[in-house]
Amino acid sequence: MTVTPDVDNKAVLLSLENVTLSFGGVKAISDISFNILEGEIRAIIGPNGAGKTSMLNVINGFYHPQKGTITWRGKRRRRMKPYRAAASGIARTFQNVALFKGMTTLDNIMAGRSLKMKRGLFWQMLHVGPAREEEIANRRHVEEIIDFLEIAHIRKQPVGRLPYGLQKRVELGRAMAMQPELLLLDEPMAGMNLEEKEDMSRFILDLNSEFGTTIALIEHDMGVVMDLADRVVVLDYGQKIADGTPAEVQSSQEVIDAYLGVGH
Amino acid sequence: MFYREAGQYKTSYAADQALLPLAQDRYGIAIVLFTAFVLIPFFGTSFFLVSIMIPFLIYSLAAVGLNILTGYAGQLSLGTGAFMGVGAYACYKLTTYFPDVNIIVHILLSGVFSALVGVVFGLPSLRIKGLYLAITTLAAQFFLEWCFLRIRWLYNYNDSGAIEVPNRDWFGITVTGAEASPVARYFLILTVVAVMTLIAANVLRGRIGRGWMMIRDMDIAAELMGIRPLRAKLSAFAFSSYYCGVAGALMVFCWLGSAEVESFDINHSFLILFMVIIGGMGSLTGCFLGAAFIHVLPVVMRAVPSMLGWDILASTVEHITQIVIGLLIIFFLIVEPHGFARLWQVAKEKLRTWPFPYAT
Repeated sequence: MTVTPDVDNKAVLLSLENVTLSFGGVKAISDISFNILEGEIRAIIGPNGAGKTSMLNVINGFYHPQKGTITWRGKRRRRMKPYRAAASGIARTFQNVALFKGMTTLDNIMAGRSLKMKRGLFWQMLHVGPAREEEIANRRHVEEIIDFLEIAHIRKQPVGRLPYGLQKRVELGRAMAMQPELLLLDEPMAGMNLEEKEDMSRFILDLNSEFGTTIALIEHDMGVVMDLADRVVVLDYGQKIADGTPAEVQSSQEVIDAYLGVGH
Repeated sequence: MFYREAGQYKTSYAADQALLPLAQDRYGIAIVLFTAFVLIPFFGTSFFLVSIMIPFLIYSLAAVGLNILTGYAGQLSLGTGAFMGVGAYACYKLTTYFPDVNIIVHILLSGVFSALVGVVFGLPSLRIKGLYLAITTLAAQFFLEWCFLRIRWLYNYNDSGAIEVPNRDWFGITVTGAEASPVARYFLILTVVAVMTLIAANVLRGRIGRGWMMIRDMDIAAELMGIRPLRAKLSAFAFSSYYCGVAGALMVFCWLGSAEVESFDINHSFLILFMVIIGGMGSLTGCFLGAAFIHVLPVVMRAVPSMLGWDILASTVEHITQIVIGLLIIFFLIVEPHGFARLWQVAKEKLRTWPFPYAT
């Protein structure tokens, strides 16, 4: 097993220690430890059923591990609800697009600003003064994201009608609107053609370098993973089999065995 | 053609986010409001006001209430009739205890009681979804009906078991009870419905309404965006029940004049639900279109034979009306399952792209 390199100049944003998650008798994740450093792009890879999505669900509070500790920004995190994880700065996208189908692109991305908007019922009812100012200030921010992702032409369209590639992009925009410190992307390029993958890769790189957002992504396209990621963690059957830079992971015998099989 | 945004440039987000960004829509609403506030009270006959406009507006308000819960927040409810009843009985008790307080205050306050009851019966929605939730709201319907019948305190222990609306004044004009003129009642209802619809539109396009729609469309994603399901669902129940409660109070105080438990039975819950489904889930315009279709059309159809001087038995007219309405419901739901509001939407989109057939 490769050892996680100690990178001195970057602070640890999130670290998981000996996390174990099981559903009844099935162990989805067993005794996994790894960390995510501030500002890096961290990939989580592994064959199907390796526990990658479960890992994301643990990080954003959707599943609660039976064992192990999660430390977020230097503080040990207790059992938390997803909306608390969201409030603490963790955003995510989903493997199967989980947009709000009945709403427009604009409203979907505005939905990502939910936590930034505070005005109470009274002002909302009148829709004047503070509520209106808040709405417009957030709209301005959302328009910047729409510019960034080049989706201005579909601003007012209901997302249900959009092609798949654009839906994925809107979902990224919605997560960006939360201005998260850690962005979890669950297979952002699944089902895309080459051009769409290249576009999405560019958005992820730009997002990371322009806004300094830390990104953890699950992806099956190894070319994309090796090009984008600073460090890669490899899971198989709920266990960590490798962790390190793309080059280190690629040369690991265990990873090759997991992906290609072992001769008997 | 005449309906398109060409030439109407928005230079600020405020202008783009206006309730009616298109000038044509603003003129349309202005015409509707002018008709409702000036033409109808001036030219409308007493029959037209009492049998058509007053019930239409009251049902529209109840439909707005249910649509907020079912169409916008995605929580199916069959307890609308009972929530209307809570408003009516609350208003009756309030005006019994505080006869000197303005009746408008009572009508608006009675919604608060309905909202509280709505929150209590909305609690199961945190665990139960869809049709199963509908069944639990059915429990609300039957339990509250039982209360309206058995808790004699609610109707001041009178022998008939009904609540009789006293005459109440507002600035010297009688607006409730037997002595109130149709025009006075109509103005009161119209004002309440117009203001409350505007408030609903404002809430729905802001932070709170967006939270409801997020829960409706994808509750898991909503929670990961920081929406608390508990707060969002219960606030939708409260807001919706408030509207139903006020509609119930208006129904008894400004339309029926008296009411007993049958006025709030399950048939009313279904009636309002049909209005929402036919009108269009998730559309305020749809509430009014649905209420017009379900309530106004039968009244008009019943009046047509006598107006034309045809000699048809009243019972035959009633049967024909039911058959025609039933067929129309089936026809419209096949043509557009999303209701009149969507038809209206499609028509407007067609006008925008006219003479070319493609959509945007």
